[in-house]
Amino acid sequence: MLSRTADNLFWFARYVERADNIARILEAANRLSAMPITYSGATNEWESAVAATGTLPAFRAVNAEANSESVLNFLAFSPTNPSSIKSCIETARFNARAVRTALTAVMWESINGAWLDLRRVDGKNMKRSALDDFLSRVKEASLRLDGAAYRTMLRSEAYYFFVLGVMLERADNTARILDVKYHLLLPEGAEVGGGLDYFQWTSILRTVSAQTAYHWVYRQSVKPWLVADLLVLKQEMPRSLAACYDAIRETLDLLGHEYGRQGPAQRMARTMRTRLANANIGDVFQSGLHEFLTEFLVENARLGEAIAAQYLS
Amino acid sequence: MPSAFDEMTVAPGVCRPGYEGVQKWLADTPREVLELRRAEAELLFRRTGITFAVYGEADAEERIIPFDIIPRILTKTEWDKLALGLSQRVRAINAFLADLYGKAEIMKAGIIPADLIHRNPYFRPEMVGLRVPHDIRVMIAGIDIVRTDDEHFYVLEDNVRTPSGVSYMLENREVMMRLMPDLFAESRVAPVENYADDLLATLKSVAPPSAPNDPTIALLTPGPFNSAYYEHSFLADRLGIELVEGRDLLVNDDAVYMRTTRGPQRIDVLYRRIDDDFLDPLTFRPDSALGVPGLIAAARAGKITLANAVGTGIADDKAVYTYIPDVIRFYLGEEPILKNVPTWRCREPDALTYVLEHIQDLVVKEVSGSGGYGMLIGPAASSATRAEFAEKLKARPDDFIAQPTLALSTVPTFVDSGIAPRHVDLRPFVLSGADKVRVVPGGLTRVALRAGSLVVNSSQGGGTKDTWVVNG
Repeated sequence: MLSRTADNLFWFARYVERADNIARILEAANRLSAMPITYSGATNEWESAVAATGTLPAFRAVNAEANSESVLNFLAFSPTNPSSIKSCIETARFNARAVRTALTAVMWESINGAWLDLRRVDGKNMKRSALDDFLSRVKEASLRLDGAAYRTMLRSEAYYFFVLGVMLERADNTARILDVKYHLLLPEGAEVGGGLDYFQWTSILRTVSAQTAYHWVYRQSVKPWLVADLLVLKQEMPRSLAACYDAIRETLDLLGHEYGRQGPAQRMARTMRTRLANANIGDVFQSGLHEFLTEFLVENARLGEAIAAQYLS
Repeated sequence: MPSAFDEMTVAPGVCRPGYEGVQKWLADTPREVLELRRAEAELLFRRTGITFAVYGEADAEERIIPFDIIPRILTKTEWDKLALGLSQRVRAINAFLADLYGKAEIMKAGIIPADLIHRNPYFRPEMVGLRVPHDIRVMIAGIDIVRTDDEHFYVLEDNVRTPSGVSYMLENREVMMRLMPDLFAESRVAPVENYADDLLATLKSVAPPSAPNDPTIALLTPGPFNSAYYEHSFLADRLGIELVEGRDLLVNDDAVYMRTTRGPQRIDVLYRRIDDDFLDPLTFRPDSALGVPGLIAAARAGKITLANAVGTGIADDKAVYTYIPDVIRFYLGEEPILKNVPTWRCREPDALTYVLEHIQDLVVKEVSGSGGYGMLIGPAASSATRAEFAEKLKARPDDFIAQPTLALSTVPTFVDSGIAPRHVDLRPFVLSGADKVRVVPGGLTRVALRAGSLVVNSSQGGGTKDTWVVNG
């Protein structure tokens, strides 16, 4: 397979996954912002939504204030923000179009359909109900694409690069959501795990569609360290860093097997997966969740570079 | 304008041979059903994403070419003669190109003026003396044919650089077979779907002698912004070859490789859909970001076959076109089976005088223009436009040719006002391999959708039809 084709597949998957995550973050922000201030805390939920996507500097460069209007516009519709939902879907479709023949017909129809659909949406003065509808359509598009890939793609290199894109992006987004919420949501001086931030932690779970999963796994009320445990270390939780890295390691091994050659990417993935498998959440909190997640994001990006160097260029 | 020859209807209710099934189908099918079929066809085209771009139109990145659901029909007898003529013409063009970039005997014999060749921008002096594998330069040709009556087919234009449109020929057929299986079943239409196999066999046959038995072939595209990108990806898919861009390729020690996830992979034949000018920044336009530095050196070294070869544009130049009948006689010693449209070369003073006097009756074309741009249709133009064009002619007579406005044949077409005759042309595709020449029966029929219009180009409101070759 051409390196460029693999690169396009990889980024196609990443951008759709990113759009999905932004939609989830916006949903959570929208929900929290509707709560009385005593529940939602003193911090600006809209600003933390931007921070969770890792685009705060770019946002501040063009916006004086973070409020529902400026953030929605920036994260959902802005053509100048390359990570807005609109830009993500555009870029994803552009990548897909460049590798049409490597995709199955259903995959192409699903991304092309989403693109046609979202192109018609006018972001200006959007009503709350219209926003909810828009965000669920974005999430549906990514579900449809995931499903189409899962059900129709030949289990071969094209599929592997697609999965790598999804998982690397998903791990990145989960880590960011957790990190930013942990830091930004909590008002100055408030105790972690205190009554006030119950809603914040619940909102994290909601963002990643894990509320029910949490209660099934832990059978107790929402505790910060358990939320972190679920999203970082639980292999059963499909969005957790551990689960993402299970998939990344496995996929890279399949690729290495198909090509008859292992490389730095395989070694890095194995190391990171082992580290996640052996960690326990008490130790992570002891040395600092923020430090742990920061390091993870760096390593995750480094693996992306290693994959690019090994296969995509 | 004389009344045009209609390919279906001889008199009300009487049709020419081959059209019986279609005539009955049209008579039996209510307008609503035709409309439904047309809507279904459009949906199929949209779903598969068959699009093209029109240069110079913002926000027109992706449109679909209008498709007419009434087929255009040729009988096998008509087709066989046409195919012979096409094959003859392309064989002569290949001999001509070998000579132009070799011993140049045709100029020594005084058949073609040397300055017409040497001053032509499509002649590539860099290629003189360069041998190409199997001495074939035009592997893929699209010859534009028009018809004026029962007997006469004329060649309007040769396209021997990077002709496009074959994907529409193939997709039109797919769509028609899905929409009208019954009509197909009773009409016994010669298949076209073997085009991809024929093209692959052709490309394999022209691999350099040093290439392995199963040579690696790739299709070079300018990328997704190109108007024909859909066709490029479609063909790569059908042939089972990689669709590469310039940045996917690298040249090392005069061999060409593509960057793959398994490392560099050697390419033996490159079906390139990029113009000469953009192929290699080291040889041609240094600002080209689409090409591959060193590609021409690799071709020179005989380590890769470019299909088509560099410099073939000299043979489809509109001024050179006028000499093709002589070219056929010179190299093959045969009389041309297909006629040229009578053409005045404005570079010749007598011809120029005639053209200026009769500009209201003529079609004047810029020799380097294509796609219907840079041309004047005398009878349809205003007198101001004609005067303007006459000035251009006087200033640069070498750049123009003129032809009579032919009464192009018409075929019934389903338009807003119902079923009405519209002018058509035909682009069959001719494949020249080291082993043989292959022509799939049919081609792309283009139709001018506006009443009376003679311009069939998709960039100017033309549509397409499926083309059937049937027994008869």
